[in-house]
Amino acid sequence: MTANPHTPVLELRGISKRFGALQANDDIDLVLGRGEVLALLGENGAGKTTLMNILFGHYAADSGSVWVADRAGVLQPLPSANPAAALQAGIGMVHQHFALADKLSALENITLGTESLWRLSRGDRSARTKLDGLMRRSGLLVDLDSPISRLSVGERQRVEILKALYRDARILVLDEPTAVLTPQESASLFETLRALTADGLSVILISHKLDEILAASDRVAVLRHGRKAGEVSTRESTKAALAQMMVGRSVPSPARTPREPGAPVLELVGVSVESPTVRRRLDDVSLQVRSGEIVGIAGVSGNGQSALADLLSGLLTPKHGSLLLGQKPITRFDPGLFVQSGIGRVPEDRHHEGAVGAMTVAENTVLENLSEPRFQRWGFLRKARIDAHARNAIHDFDIRCPGPHAPIRQLSGGNMQKVILARALDREPQLVLANQPTRGLDVGAVADVHRRLIAARDRGAGVVLVSEDLDEILALADRVTVIFRARLSEAMPAEGLDRQALGLLMAGQAREAA
Amino acid sequence: MLRLETRTAPARWLSFAVPVFAALLALLLAAIPLLSAGVSPLQAYRVMLSGAFGSQFAATEVVARATPLILTGLAAAVAFRARLFNIGAEGQLYAGALAAVAVGSGLIDGPAVLMIPLVCLAGALAGAALMLGPTLMKVKLGADEVVTTLLLNFVVALFVQMMIEGPMKDPMSMGWPQSEPILSSAVLPNLIERTRVHAGLIIAVGAALLAEIVMRRTVLGFRIRAVGHNPAAARFAGMSVTRTMLVVGALSGALAGLAGVGEVAGLKGYLTNDLSPGYGYAGIVVAMLAGLSPLGVIASALFVAAVFVGADSMSRALTVSSYIANLIVALSLLSVLLSSVLLRFRLRWEGKPA
Repeated sequence: MTANPHTPVLELRGISKRFGALQANDDIDLVLGRGEVLALLGENGAGKTTLMNILFGHYAADSGSVWVADRAGVLQPLPSANPAAALQAGIGMVHQHFALADKLSALENITLGTESLWRLSRGDRSARTKLDGLMRRSGLLVDLDSPISRLSVGERQRVEILKALYRDARILVLDEPTAVLTPQESASLFETLRALTADGLSVILISHKLDEILAASDRVAVLRHGRKAGEVSTRESTKAALAQMMVGRSVPSPARTPREPGAPVLELVGVSVESPTVRRRLDDVSLQVRSGEIVGIAGVSGNGQSALADLLSGLLTPKHGSLLLGQKPITRFDPGLFVQSGIGRVPEDRHHEGAVGAMTVAENTVLENLSEPRFQRWGFLRKARIDAHARNAIHDFDIRCPGPHAPIRQLSGGNMQKVILARALDREPQLVLANQPTRGLDVGAVADVHRRLIAARDRGAGVVLVSEDLDEILALADRVTVIFRARLSEAMPAEGLDRQALGLLMAGQAREAA
Repeated sequence: MLRLETRTAPARWLSFAVPVFAALLALLLAAIPLLSAGVSPLQAYRVMLSGAFGSQFAATEVVARATPLILTGLAAAVAFRARLFNIGAEGQLYAGALAAVAVGSGLIDGPAVLMIPLVCLAGALAGAALMLGPTLMKVKLGADEVVTTLLLNFVVALFVQMMIEGPMKDPMSMGWPQSEPILSSAVLPNLIERTRVHAGLIIAVGAALLAEIVMRRTVLGFRIRAVGHNPAAARFAGMSVTRTMLVVGALSGALAGLAGVGEVAGLKGYLTNDLSPGYGYAGIVVAMLAGLSPLGVIASALFVAAVFVGADSMSRALTVSSYIANLIVALSLLSVLLSSVLLRFRLRWEGKPA
């Protein structure tokens, strides 16, 4: 087979889509060549998802059209708003969150929905033959008979890709495929993509991680505010140039000066939390955080991060072990007490746990300090004080909002996160827990959050940074520890830390074995 | 194509316009059964209006009927704010009435300044106690409070039946199933001579004012709103969801219990099993019409009461069944639910994409 990147297999012509006041897509043209990996880069809200939903027929474009090559290679218009037609035309998608049935085998998941319900026997044998061929050519090896629940996240992703290929996808869209993978798994995914594109498959890779775009794509299309901000050949581009194109301005990286850490502010000694699922469990975890340092907790999602964060938020009571806060042991695990004892907490999910969307910005800034005398007297709210406090927070944290009385759900993710940070850092807590503090934020807001965390550290707070983004951890942390299957590794100085070694720890292999 | 678009910021005037719109829509829809009964809707509504407000007596009757509706409406409004869906105000009303009779019909006696607060307290406590079980089962076991509170209504109804036919039956009632009368020292005094307006009205309006202040100005009201909108965030911020729910449940039950006290100690004087023509259920409509605003409950209770009183005289004048009142009340609940969609979304005509 010859892979000719110049033969177009997909063309989006002048796609526009408007939601109310928001122009989600504005006259976007995109061409995907045969055997090509096209990266679609853009911040959250740049219009990537809308564009892909139009491609798949989930939305109808206000104007513009989608053209897909038929078997003979001639571009044909794709009927608008018709998901079945998109599937039929050979467009397949692997979502960030997999759609697999846990109890069924890989084979069953792959063939599910492709067979008529009226057939008496399942065509297992022909499916197997076809899949064996696919696996051999692509290198996507999985045990077809193993139930999904026994497969690792990387293997599940392979099942998802095989599912698309089994349905004869000629265009594969991968939405943030590395969000759940270790660096090694990501590298292996990109190798697979090479093999598949050599075989004639065309790939659209949606991502906001610049490194992997540079490593895996042939061409990059950048979206910004719903418009195509640019299109470049990957070979001729650099990380800085892509970042500038994505954000529209140059982005400074956080400045960190080395600092001697002080006395311990938090100590976990042999803490265990029991739960049937790994993500809610901790096994014999020990950790020390000192004043004036940021300790990064790296790891693939679902390895116990939420249990650790809930424990430090006061939501979980450990079964064994002890937790010392500034050398004093904690005996009652209660979120209110934790706030009072000087822990500032930034939760993982700001909409679910961080803010009450229907309440105002002002009310959300005092959500956890409500019982303090400065905000209430004899059970009555001191509204003037609360408003003044909110105005200060809005000013100090540069929160963009219509005012202290606007419902917080009207704020963008970045501004909502600033409200939560303002609340968490309000009383200069000696310990700060930041759980995925920049997830889903745009580049400008990420820089703001990072600046705040570094400022807290410089003022002498100990910061626990739980993040699945290795770049974030390496940029901020003084020491790094890896969480894997509910256990924490030894904390290592971040200076000169090797990404490969971290990757192996995230995959559960001990350092010596590396 | 007609499309719904999310409103970013619902305008303030809309929250006042919606209940008015819903009430008018309900009256408009009720014209259909009126027409099919061979009655001119315009005439029917004219008769209804004069039946409700045409004379001083009619107007005071509306106020008397609104009194328990304000209290049951508050019971629903306060609980619904915390997303505790108490559908059991009818049962709590009867529990309150039963407790008032138990305390006030001869168990103890004293001056009115002592007896009236005592009877009110007993009724409020009984209503609150009745909410304890469903609230605990909700927060601890996840049992749906809509089911538990609703079913308790029937338990209470049967219990009241048992009591007034058995241990609490009045020996002077000549066989009728009714309780002994409330002592005169425990009777809520009439506010206007020769009408049915009694001091329960002061309690109801006072409770509405108090509830408005609690909701807007106190830490408790803040917690209730936070727990109602997002219990996970409230818990994360250190509020006790369980404690807040228990307080809300108790307040809601107590308000409904007070409605029962008013009916038995202000109007009827003794307890029968037809004390309430469904005030507990109508309270849900009252609360929804008011947009769960405690002060708004006063206005919407007056509207619902006027519909009931007006429909009575309409049915006498035009020989239409007075069930039309229930129909209008039910339709206004549906209209409120429909028009709250307009609060959140904006209707928009859109041409076909080119």
